[in-house]
Amino acid sequence: MLKPPYAEKDISGCAVVGIMNISGNNFGSEKIVNAIKCMRDRSNGLGGGFAAYGIYPEHKDLYAFHMMYLDTNRRYDAEDFLKKKFNIAASERIPTAKVNSISESPVLWRYFLSVENKPPLMSEEDFVVQTVIYINANIDGAFVASSGKNMGVFKGVGYPEDIARFYKLQDYEAYIWLSHGRFPTNTVGWWGGAHPFNILDWSVVHNGELSSYGTNARYLEMYGYKCELMTDTEVVAYTMDLLMRRHKLPLNLVAKVIAAPLWKEIDNLEPKERRILTRLRQTYSSLLLNGPFSFIIANQDQMIGITDRIRLRPLIYASNKDMFYISTEEAAIRTIESDLKNIKIPRGGEPVVAQLLTSDIRHQTSSSREGATN
Amino acid sequence: MKTYIPHKFEVNINDKCIKCLVCVKQCSFSALSFDEDDATIYPDNNKCVACHRCTTLCPTKSINIVKNPIVYHPNEYWKANVIEDIYKQAETGGILLSGTGNDKDYPVYFDRILLDASQVTNPSIDPLREPMELRTYLGKKSDRLQFKENKKSTTTIKTKSEPQVKLETPIMFAAMSLGAISYNAHQALARTAEEHGTLYNTGEGGLHKSLYKYGKNTIVQVASGRYGVHHEYLNAGSVVEIKIGQGAKPGIGGHLPGEKINAEISQTRMIPEGTDALSPAPHHDIYSIEDLAQLVYAIKEATFYKKLVSVKIAAVHNVAAIASGIARAGADIVTIDGFRGGTGAAPTVIRDNVGIPIEMAIAAVDDRLRKESIRNNVSLVASGGIRNSVDVVKAIALGADAVYIGTSALISIGCTMCQKCYTGKCAWGIATTNPQLAKRLNPEIAYKRLSNLLRAWSLEIKEILGAMGLNAIESLKSNRLRLRGVGLSAEELKILGIKQAGG
Ligand code: SF4
Ligand code: SF4
Repeated sequence: MLKPPYAEKDISGCAVVGIMNISGNNFGSEKIVNAIKCMRDRSNGLGGGFAAYGIYPEHKDLYAFHMMYLDTNRRYDAEDFLKKKFNIAASERIPTAKVNSISESPVLWRYFLSVENKPPLMSEEDFVVQTVIYINANIDGAFVASSGKNMGVFKGVGYPEDIARFYKLQDYEAYIWLSHGRFPTNTVGWWGGAHPFNILDWSVVHNGELSSYGTNARYLEMYGYKCELMTDTEVVAYTMDLLMRRHKLPLNLVAKVIAAPLWKEIDNLEPKERRILTRLRQTYSSLLLNGPFSFIIANQDQMIGITDRIRLRPLIYASNKDMFYISTEEAAIRTIESDLKNIKIPRGGEPVVAQLLTSDIRHQTSSSREGATN
Repeated sequence: MKTYIPHKFEVNINDKCIKCLVCVKQCSFSALSFDEDDATIYPDNNKCVACHRCTTLCPTKSINIVKNPIVYHPNEYWKANVIEDIYKQAETGGILLSGTGNDKDYPVYFDRILLDASQVTNPSIDPLREPMELRTYLGKKSDRLQFKENKKSTTTIKTKSEPQVKLETPIMFAAMSLGAISYNAHQALARTAEEHGTLYNTGEGGLHKSLYKYGKNTIVQVASGRYGVHHEYLNAGSVVEIKIGQGAKPGIGGHLPGEKINAEISQTRMIPEGTDALSPAPHHDIYSIEDLAQLVYAIKEATFYKKLVSVKIAAVHNVAAIASGIARAGADIVTIDGFRGGTGAAPTVIRDNVGIPIEMAIAAVDDRLRKESIRNNVSLVASGGIRNSVDVVKAIALGADAVYIGTSALISIGCTMCQKCYTGKCAWGIATTNPQLAKRLNPEIAYKRLSNLLRAWSLEIKEILGAMGLNAIESLKSNRLRLRGVGLSAEELKILGIKQAGG
């Protein structure tokens, strides 16, 4: 199954973990698999997945589409559609191995694409976002699992460590790895609903439930997003895409939108800061993510962890030299790294950021990084 | 002419009566008289309106009002009220008038909507221990904020700011003019709005000099008669509301009879004492949407673009399209008044038969504005028949930013919904300008009662939010996923944008 089994909001609990080498050096999947495996009791075998950045250096300027199909005919449908919009530089079946616990899998395929037929006034990225949203909403039996450059999402129905073996992740190296083990409250797993959720370069693994889902989704819909999957993660990813890529808000302010400080706190700030935060919250009040959550989100340059403003879900952060770790549980980090320099539990709504050293947007987020690590 | 209409109520006085005559003096409808000869109080049942003034004040609780049990021959079509309306018109030859709102047995959608709460997967929040935020800002919201980094790497906002009005609780007091209600009632509304950080609305009757000091918490209304409108008035409040229509009487003007226009009212309305104040049905400078846009901007010019402009319309059949036009005409707030909205006086046929339910109207308007991506252009205020905190919550979850309450506010200060506001004889000193009656409303007590009501509702809203696992009211706005319908048709559910309970 690719798409939601019920026409209702998807509810699940989870384990999340993210590892990043901020020098941009690739490393294998062993650490991430061991870390997520350590939190096996937080998932129930109905969803697991990974995002890996830096895995396709040979196609690093092309959009890498990881696709899931119900069957080969749907693949032909989707490929016809893709060909109208993109130039397909390369495509292949995503290599998988036989794993006993994973009996049924969709047809999995990947494409390396450059944009060909976009409307003149639309940005290339907007075009890709809209195409992905279109496919997921309208092409039956086809699902875009990821669409960023030099990255990919590997996910499905199963325990994460089994999903890793299924996708042969031992054959990949990345400088950012995210992983997720899922515990949906309903009994049916569906491949598209596993995490990470991805749009363009953004991938999200999410633990929690947005009690504000309806408010958030209806706001995002005004900006052209279609929240088809009824998952909170999708809302988180679209929110980040809107605020960071399209509205170009610096990360520290994005955090103040999704985990807004209380009005009481804002009222007591210095006038200048108060003005900014007041207008920010007035403007984006519908993107306050309300309810228990912690999530890790990554793009090419950074890996960010954040919890809701009253910290109803756990999150922990640690580093050693140029390795950064964010996880639901400390045990998961300790399993794979014995020598940890600093371990921090971030305050509610306070983002923790691991930033690629070579990135030119580093200065924008340094203040929030300090805030988090102090 | 002898009336054929049987009396509706019977006044009974028992033998505990001590003949203090409080009831006789208090009955403003002259339904009670005292006969000195036999020292007996005689009720004139025909005149009783069941306003409860006597029963409430009777020191020995010896006076009571019951329904007249008289029956007509059973008939499901020619019911008592139908027959009696015909009698009344045959006897008067006039249009039937009523006060308050539509009292007919139409479905109450609020009562067929149930709320969600959190269990296991998302924790509920205890409002006694955790912060719970009800603050709401009215006004246009930019579609995005743009920042610029300055030399000293400080951030400033590039996007032009729009005026915003802060509400500490999303409940405002609806337009009720000075004249339609008494000065004491007005003052109590103003004081309560100030205390709770919300707004009250002058209605179309100007603003009394002594109430200018509540300006920050005031919405000044501009209606079709333009009574009391001048430059200082427009700039006195935080919001200027153009009243196009009213839920209780869409498409109908207003009429404040000359007897109510005493010296004070004449001053605030700027009309001679004793003249009828007739508000035309339409604004005679608004015959089209572009005319409305011109008035919106004329008001913005006159208020230096510092005040919000609200446009209030009655919830009529194509309310969504009209609201969309208003949002494009430059208004900052669209106020929708549902068919249960109250009035001081309206033709009964209009009150009882025109308009649509506020629940449907809000859902449809919010949907339309979102579909057209102009929901950020305006705040949406729901009005008309909000009875309790749960109605507030449901209205917001259906898509409103805030609500107005009128009838509930009056009930809190003594109104018993006797529907006789248009007579000027309100026994509770609310809907009257007769000084003898108006002084019955103690401004201090009225203020306390109103204030308690707002406090109680705000606390209950926090309680409901906490149960839903939310700690800010903004996360409820248009969050229809937290609502479920019971006993509604598929079409009704679709328009409300909610699911059937169990689904
Ligand atoms: S107020 Fe009560 S006690 Fe006084 S006269 Fe009337 S019925 Fe009798
Ligand atoms: S305001 Fe006065 S006259 Fe009008 S319904 Fe209420 S009690 Fe009756």
